[in-house]
Amino acid sequence: MALDTGAREIHDRNYPSTLESVDLAEAEILKAAERTGFNEDDQHRIGMAVRECLVNAVVHGNRYNRRKQVHVNVSISGARLTIRITDQGEGFEMQEVPDPLHDTNLLRHSGRGLFLMGAFMDDMKVRKVEPAGTEVTLVKEIGPHE
Amino acid sequence: MSTRQVGDVTVVDVSGRITLGEGSSTLRDSLRDLTAKGNKKILLNLSDVSYIDSSGIGELVSGFTSVANQGGTLKLLGLTKRVKDLLQITKLYTVFDVHEEEAHAVRSFA
Repeated sequence: MALDTGAREIHDRNYPSTLESVDLAEAEILKAAERTGFNEDDQHRIGMAVRECLVNAVVHGNRYNRRKQVHVNVSISGARLTIRITDQGEGFEMQEVPDPLHDTNLLRHSGRGLFLMGAFMDDMKVRKVEPAGTEVTLVKEIGPHE
Repeated sequence: MSTRQVGDVTVVDVSGRITLGEGSSTLRDSLRDLTAKGNKKILLNLSDVSYIDSSGIGELVSGFTSVANQGGTLKLLGLTKRVKDLLQITKLYTVFDVHEEEAHAVRSFA
């Protein structure tokens, strides 16, 4: 599929901090991924990563606070889909997140979201934003098979 | 989600998505009810589950440990490729006893 070589914003929207927003934003981003030309398996991986990220933003970041929003920006550059999801929470330190694959953590109820985002995407970056919040950047590239 | 009895094994047929919210809480409540009623051999049939997120994985793990803590056993049946892949990358595939055929799974509880 032919793609533009320059970065092109294809989705930019704020969502309230609710689980309904997670479903809505996931569906909208998946439509964008399908239009971009990702195959079904990669759409599934993108959907998984995006859902984990959105849940973190709503539940752990904004703590369901309806006065806080989750910002989602999706852009395409060449064969690269970039998704930025930003909350308005207190933030966290990546190095303090326990490794969910460590033997002592395997049977923990939670703590796998960030790991799954990294596993399903080609690149993931987490940074704090001012005055408060966390921005997660998820990147997926269309492979030569698509 | 529905349950049926095959000998002394309780089979829980799960369908749809197990995600944060209704899906994962329904599974949690169902497993809690079964263990409270004294069911010790529980087989979760996931062949009609299309999607599991990290919250759903958390409920599977919590169900596994809580059934074990009550002296019972929870096993999994009929994983789709995507669910199997998810359990493999989270290193949980070897934690659970996973079966492809129901009759074989039921016999394994003996």
